Amino acid sequence: MQTITIREALNQAIREELARDEKVFLMGEEVAAYQGAYKVTKGLLDEFGPKRVIDTPITELGFAGLGVGAAMVGLRPIVEFMTFNFSILATDQIINSAAKMLYMSGGQYKIPIVFRGPGGSAFQVSSQHSQAIESWYAYFPGIKVVMPSTAADAKGLLKSAIRDDDPVIFIEQERMYGNKGEVPDDPDFTIPLGVADIKREGKDVTIVARSLMVPLALKAAETLEQQGVSCEVIDPRTIRPLDIDTIVESVKKTNRVVLAEESHPFCGVNAEISTQIMERAFDYLDAPIKRVSGADVPMPYAKNLENLAVPNVDKIVAAVREVAYLD
Amino acid sequence: MASKVIMPKLSPTMEEGQIARWLKKEGDKVSMGEPLAEIDTDKATMEMQALSEGVLRKIIVQEGESAPLGQLIAIVGAPDEDIASLLNEAPAKQAAPAQQPAPTPSEAPAPRPVAEGNGRQLQQAEPVTSSGRIIVSPLAARMAAEAGLDLRSLQGSGPGGRIVKKDIEQALSQPKPAATAGYPRAVEPARFQPAAVATASPYRDEPATEIRRTIARRLVTSLGPVPHFFLTSEIEMDRAAEMRKGINALDPDLKISINDIIIKVTAAALIQHPAVNASFQDKFIRYYEHADIGVAVAIEDGLITPVIRSADQKSLSEIATEVRELAERARSRKLKPEEYTGATFSISNLGMFGIDEFTAVINPPEGGILAIGAMTPRPVVRENEVVVRQMMRVTMSCDHRVIDGATGAKFLQTFKKILENPLYLVV
Repeated sequence: MQTITIREALNQAIREELARDEKVFLMGEEVAAYQGAYKVTKGLLDEFGPKRVIDTPITELGFAGLGVGAAMVGLRPIVEFMTFNFSILATDQIINSAAKMLYMSGGQYKIPIVFRGPGGSAFQVSSQHSQAIESWYAYFPGIKVVMPSTAADAKGLLKSAIRDDDPVIFIEQERMYGNKGEVPDDPDFTIPLGVADIKREGKDVTIVARSLMVPLALKAAETLEQQGVSCEVIDPRTIRPLDIDTIVESVKKTNRVVLAEESHPFCGVNAEISTQIMERAFDYLDAPIKRVSGADVPMPYAKNLENLAVPNVDKIVAAVREVAYLD
Repeated sequence: MASKVIMPKLSPTMEEGQIARWLKKEGDKVSMGEPLAEIDTDKATMEMQALSEGVLRKIIVQEGESAPLGQLIAIVGAPDEDIASLLNEAPAKQAAPAQQPAPTPSEAPAPRPVAEGNGRQLQQAEPVTSSGRIIVSPLAARMAAEAGLDLRSLQGSGPGGRIVKKDIEQALSQPKPAATAGYPRAVEPARFQPAAVATASPYRDEPATEIRRTIARRLVTSLGPVPHFFLTSEIEMDRAAEMRKGINALDPDLKISINDIIIKVTAAALIQHPAVNASFQDKFIRYYEHADIGVAVAIEDGLITPVIRSADQKSLSEIATEVRELAERARSRKLKPEEYTGATFSISNLGMFGIDEFTAVINPPEGGILAIGAMTPRPVVRENEVVVRQMMRVTMSCDHRVIDGATGAKFLQTFKKILENPLYLVV
């Protein structure tokens, strides 16, 4: 077991898969010579050469389409977006080509591609560069959406995503690249897609959290433990396909749910999770499902306003106390 | 873990449901949300969905049988799991209508379990009842249904008076108070509340007692859905009165009353008119072999109808002894449920209050009830002469779904014939 950062875990996953399968290659803006805007691809150009690690021009739609074409003829591209904010330019290739190709070709073309990069809020990069857009991609049948919250999950899930035959949107969190965690040494360590992880067991309230919200939910759970409330923290890890069974089982035990997410509340992933809980565990709910979400405004630049726009530990604690009828 | 399948509430007014069809057999796999059975409610046939996964281990309530809300009707669990403890919770088997020629009246629907009142404070805010709507979390609603708990008896601790899991757990953990304990008595004038409008009368609110609420619920299930019609007859009671005097002269300890004779005569007439000794059960009509006569007894803050089982087969002295004993225990609230439920026909007598004639409300699912007025000397015409006779008026309420006018009239004719000539009882 090694203790490494999420950045290093992602780097290991890409390196190991590049070494394991020569069909795998990496491309994106600044991934090669500059070693990645966030240094996730450090050392890969030296190790695998310019045929496998490719710098692209600033043309998101172009290189995303290039990746889809490469996947159609049998390669396994990893396409890095410097941040997922820039993937917005490439959505035609992601949604109209990658997600639908298998279906529209009658099963003739698999698209084993990974689109990866950081998403969500960062530190004072303002509205256009602080967006959690996982609900966009999760909306479409044909794409998988993965969001790790620990170093081990980052490595295990990215390796599975690269080996997966379907297009995968793999959203990292800019604020979390430096977070450290234990990661198994086994080079074949993978975590299956579509399986949620119970990050903490509890009996009174279920907190469903992903990405940046997971460490916050765990801190909230610690605080609440001292207040006599036992929280179960579930990280779906994969947004689509969603492991709703694990969530529903937990709700049946605790009868109360708080859903935490960084994204806007309207049409967010938690709106979907909330509905599915209601559909499948209505008779087990003792309180209305409570969401804690990012503010329904473009991300402000000002530090104080930015802090207010992103969910924090206190907001999660307050939500849990509300559904537990403590206040 | 094996889980109980209970009779769900599938309509707002449903009190019991009948299994129309099981969609799964014992041993079939069941997944959550899958239709398990079709249930006839008071309104429609509804599909019941499985709330757990596993194998349908045991069907407890068969097709065609009914069960009250919250009663265990089946068990779902793992194929090899021990379900003995859950099976023990199943109530004694109810008779299926078709195969059983002589269902005994004790198998008539058991009274619904009703939670004990919780001694609610008079001045306490009651968002739950004042809006006429109960606010309850889905989980708490399900827990209450499973436990047979009446949500109206609970005070919700959640926002806006919402009844939540904690309230149900609390209610279930409280020991049930003895039936006689602590009904609020008339309160001191100081506790009258001023009315909102200055000129309107002040009032006080007292919590409705369990028995008052049960009476209310039972009676609105009658005059509402049960189409009543009424038949009145005047009966000459001189011979019955003579017979009573004669018997009591034989043995003063017997203390036979006119009411005892009426019970016996009613039972005898019912046996001659089986169409009246019947009850409407929605999908079928249930005819009873014996006449189990419910006798309305007034008690403090209510009434109750202890049942004389198989009155047609009992002697007058047996009936007299039994009525006295049951009435006494009714007044001290010591009757067991099986002693006051499941009559096939009832009698209500207000003669002792000087009431000449009245109509009574049928106690469902019985087909009828006799309202007995006072026995008074009246001038009547016999053989063209005005003479004085002991006259008594009886009014029979009939459930028109099972008894028609002529059917009821013929029964009443027989009743009158026997009561006017009680020697018919011995021929």
